[in-house]
Amino acid sequence: MIGSIAALGAGLAVIGAGIGIGQVGGKAMEGIARQPDAASKIQTAMIIAAALIEGAALFGVVVSFLGLR
Amino acid sequence: MELVTPEIGLVFWTTVSFLILFFLLAKFAWKPIMGAIDDRERSIEDALLKAAAAKDEMARLTNENESLLKDARAERDLILLEARKLKDHIVSEAKEAAQKEGARQIELARIEINNQKNIAMADVKNQVSALSIEIAEKILRKQFEDQGKQDALVADLLKEVKL
Amino acid sequence: MYFSHILKSKKIALSLVLGVFLTFCTCKTFAIQHEEGHNEAAKTETEKEFNPSEVILEHIADSHMWHLWGHTSVALPVILYTDKGLETFSADKFEHGHADHAGKYYTYRLVKDKVHIVAENDTLLSAATVLKLNKKLIDLSITRNVVSMWMSMILLLIIFLSVSAAYKKREGKAPKGLQSFMEPIIMFVRDDIARPNIGYKYQRFMPLLLTIFFFIWINNLIGLVPFFPGGANLTGNIAVTFVLAFITLIIVNVNGNKYYWKHIFAPDVPVWLYPIMWPVELVGIISKPFALMIRLFANITAGHIIVLSLISLIFVFKSAYVSVVSVPFVVFMDVLELLVAALQAFIFTLLTALFIGTAIEEHHH
Repeated sequence: MIGSIAALGAGLAVIGAGIGIGQVGGKAMEGIARQPDAASKIQTAMIIAAALIEGAALFGVVVSFLGLR
Repeated sequence: MELVTPEIGLVFWTTVSFLILFFLLAKFAWKPIMGAIDDRERSIEDALLKAAAAKDEMARLTNENESLLKDARAERDLILLEARKLKDHIVSEAKEAAQKEGARQIELARIEINNQKNIAMADVKNQVSALSIEIAEKILRKQFEDQGKQDALVADLLKEVKL
Repeated sequence: MYFSHILKSKKIALSLVLGVFLTFCTCKTFAIQHEEGHNEAAKTETEKEFNPSEVILEHIADSHMWHLWGHTSVALPVILYTDKGLETFSADKFEHGHADHAGKYYTYRLVKDKVHIVAENDTLLSAATVLKLNKKLIDLSITRNVVSMWMSMILLLIIFLSVSAAYKKREGKAPKGLQSFMEPIIMFVRDDIARPNIGYKYQRFMPLLLTIFFFIWINNLIGLVPFFPGGANLTGNIAVTFVLAFITLIIVNVNGNKYYWKHIFAPDVPVWLYPIMWPVELVGIISKPFALMIRLFANITAGHIIVLSLISLIFVFKSAYVSVVSVPFVVFMDVLELLVAALQAFIFTLLTALFIGTAIEEHHH
């Protein structure tokens, strides 16, 4: 039971992260489309932002690990 | 829960191993590698700087050459001009001197001529007077060969003398 | 990224649909089997119910044995520091957890790859609890992760000592071979990670950043290899990421200048807010490396779990046909994990550089 709830929690965390990373990626695409010259800089910034958001989601995943066993 | 609990054994070994790895790599790998990369970058930068400096130097030299050439040309013109002036000066001076000398010579010649002329004239005068006297003597001798005439003349002369 | 065109392929779309369909189908069969399993469990012990979560956790956790192939595995040395002294023996003695080992001081038993002390009344005392209670036992065994880490260290040393030798030999010349492969990465760490985030003092921290970067990267990659040289889940182990993050914490705070400490202990807020600010800032000091630790651990572990889950599907459904779906997905995930391996090494190093940069930054208000 705890495992299922933990999985649900992980899923919810992933939704948030998905929305966040989607936003980041979309805006980065827009930025690159607008200024193709700055593509590499935008990509680096995008990866960093995505990793930070992902980190937040992974906290959720880790909390769900806590529920294992 | 187990998954997110660090095991003390692995923490210990990781710490030891990572520190050993860090010191080994830092001493024997990163230091030489970073040093070599930095050195190479510096040498490339130096080379670029030197190339730029050489280019500048080249430009400077070319400029200098040009200006030197220009100066030389100007100087040459100046020298030529001066030479010409000098030449003119010398020529005119020489001309003047020659003229002066000529005039002096002419003057001298004239004086000489005058002198000679005067001498000649004096000579001529002497000769003329000697001749005239001679002639006059001859004439007189001719005239007075006849006694009568002598007496007539004396009579005339005496007549003219009015006492 | 560059995977979007794959989704457009008809085959992939078809297999996706099939995969989703199969998932629902087999959920039912699984439920049925589960009930049957309950009934049959009593009858036959040989046909044990396949428990994916157990298998997966066993694979991503540390172990005293290194499984090579089939039933062959290498037993690794167990080193125990007990209150009575040091005890060393081979993990072979446990016979895969089926036997207790009577050591010099205590009797030990392996339960779920953890060494426990068996007390006289046959109750188990785990290493952790014993440690907490009376410091009887510290498990310093050379486990699978430790051996894997040492192999990666040897690999790193071989690679970078040869590269540095190449630099000495070919001084002032263009790089060649391995050297030319490593140089852009080193330059990347220097020009894209260290210099923009730390500033002009970056040179002092280059060895640390490079070591962290390559250590994480190579261990991520080794972790992706499913058989012998790999097989360990080193960077997906919280103890390893804890040490790495702790080193970051130490380096950042040791190098913090007066502006950094002033920002923490005397920020530009009214004095009466200080009691509130101090705990917040102190939590901030801890939480940054903590996030680093969790991020690396969770990313790598999650990647391994996904790959193992996809493989487990074949055994859950007890059908080789499922591999048609799960193997392409595993390949896809592995390719993604290759990216993640580099990305996580990059992120960890980048954030370390960023934290160092904020700690040594000179403020001019």
